[in-house]
Amino acid sequence: MDQVLEFISLHQNMIYLVALMIFLGIELIEKVPSVLHTPLMSGANAIHGVVIIGAIIIMGQADDIFAKILGFIAVILGTLNVVGGFVVTDRMLDMFKKKKK
Amino acid sequence: MIQQYILDIIYIVGAFSFIFGIKLLGKPESAKKGNFIAAVGMALAVFGTIFLYKGENEMHLKNLEWIFGGLIIGSVIGTMMAKRVQMTQMPQMVSFFNGMGGACAALISLVEYHHVMAVDSIDVMPVMETGKAIVIYLGLIIGSISFAGSMLAYLKLDEKIKDKVLPFQQVFNIGLMVVILGIAACSIFGWVAIPNSLYILLAISLLYGVLFVMPIGGADMPVVISLLNSFTGVAAAFGGFLYDNKVMLFGGILVGSAGTLLTVLMCKAMNRSLVNVLIGNFGGGAKKGEARAITGTIKEITKTDAASLMKYSKKVVIVPGYGLAVAQAQHICHELEQQLEANDVEVKYAIHPVAGRMPGHMNVLLAESNVAYEKLMEMDEINPEFKSTDVVLVVGANDVVNPAAKNDPASPIYGMPILNVEEATTIIVMKRSMKAGYAGIENELFYNNKTRMLFGDAKKSLTELVAELKNV
Repeated sequence: MDQVLEFISLHQNMIYLVALMIFLGIELIEKVPSVLHTPLMSGANAIHGVVIIGAIIIMGQADDIFAKILGFIAVILGTLNVVGGFVVTDRMLDMFKKKKK
Repeated sequence: MIQQYILDIIYIVGAFSFIFGIKLLGKPESAKKGNFIAAVGMALAVFGTIFLYKGENEMHLKNLEWIFGGLIIGSVIGTMMAKRVQMTQMPQMVSFFNGMGGACAALISLVEYHHVMAVDSIDVMPVMETGKAIVIYLGLIIGSISFAGSMLAYLKLDEKIKDKVLPFQQVFNIGLMVVILGIAACSIFGWVAIPNSLYILLAISLLYGVLFVMPIGGADMPVVISLLNSFTGVAAAFGGFLYDNKVMLFGGILVGSAGTLLTVLMCKAMNRSLVNVLIGNFGGGAKKGEARAITGTIKEITKTDAASLMKYSKKVVIVPGYGLAVAQAQHICHELEQQLEANDVEVKYAIHPVAGRMPGHMNVLLAESNVAYEKLMEMDEINPEFKSTDVVLVVGANDVVNPAAKNDPASPIYGMPILNVEEATTIIVMKRSMKAGYAGIENELFYNNKTRMLFGDAKKSLTELVAELKNV
């Protein structure tokens, strides 16, 4: 248990950040019209693709074949999440734009 | 050292681009810009990491050819999939990409665990810092649940797999969750030595993800996708803890909390609680038999009659549903609207919050066919207007206009806010057949005295209606 307490103390900045981010996330979404829920969900989906950074780090530090293979797959899947997510959101939003003309 | 400072600044810029991105995504005018800003921030963070990141040993990242190879393969496949997908298949596409993110998070945990194991070379219990162990184990559990759940949701929405409720499913699921948490706690705190506990957890978590989504009915799928979306966000945030990387933490938590709120908003639109969605088996058929029997007769209408009825109306409201999207009839629907307006008929669209398969999905589909934004009315705006409406044209919608939601407490959709179409003078329902809707329940609206049915494929019927309108 001591270790858990130590972990919290060591990472207190991160924990403050987490608490603030949770409120910020809620504030940002609260007033969004339901029309935009789908693009917003899709955009948020692309943003959590930031997990790719972790994949890049493990790939970049991989020495053995196990880490290399898993890291490589992780980079591909993470990229799919990021690129696919942003492109699909962009396509959706294109449709909202057209009718403005 | 200067490189580290630059990378820190890049991460700050990246994190803020996510916040601004989500903020701008919340308004129709600026949404596209928001998406672009977030994408640029992401690209900065990715390339910054590749070239400037230094690990604990002060070494730059190696295996660059592998990294770029992965990036290129992922980008090509991702772009192709995203460009090719039909707008109607958008929900399953989002679910698929979400699953990829979850899998990525799970793989990161696997490799990090492997590192720790290799260093300690003890195959029973790695001596790990408790904090690091928590992050690795939870990242793996949440990531793999999100992956398995999203892939199943993808397959279900694509109609490759049907809903299935196993006996004692809920009890079994809860039991499985307890097992997962138990094994994780034992391993993290070193209470009991379980060999290869992470791999066991991987297997159970994947199974849990499947069983978690399996019994949830199609109509509730958007809620589940949104929930899994926030799961992946949390898994990404654990990665942020693991590498002390604030941009991962920012992005992950932001999506985790925004996604959770979005999930709750979706549940509200259906007037149900999240718990009810997750264990209620809505549309799973469990309660099908209890709903009230409906008496009455079906009255059909010919296309010619329907056309002239609408032409001599003052006000027509179109209620589009998923059936319209499946038949790819959005464009011809827009044409019908133009034809009617040429005859001085006022036309509006009534969009139920969960029309289509996700909130706002129908708006995207209609916007794609150039329907003017101002004509799309949300439920609360249009409901008072039905009394003064001459004809309501229901195209491929069912559950969202089912009066059972208001007057039959035994119905599984009881309590869901619906469009009050039965207040209009005449209701024309376009439907392929008398098959029940997505929630699997009968609709007494079809037996109403004011209702006329127009059977057939939505696209074909609408095309013929437009032709008739030009004639009469």
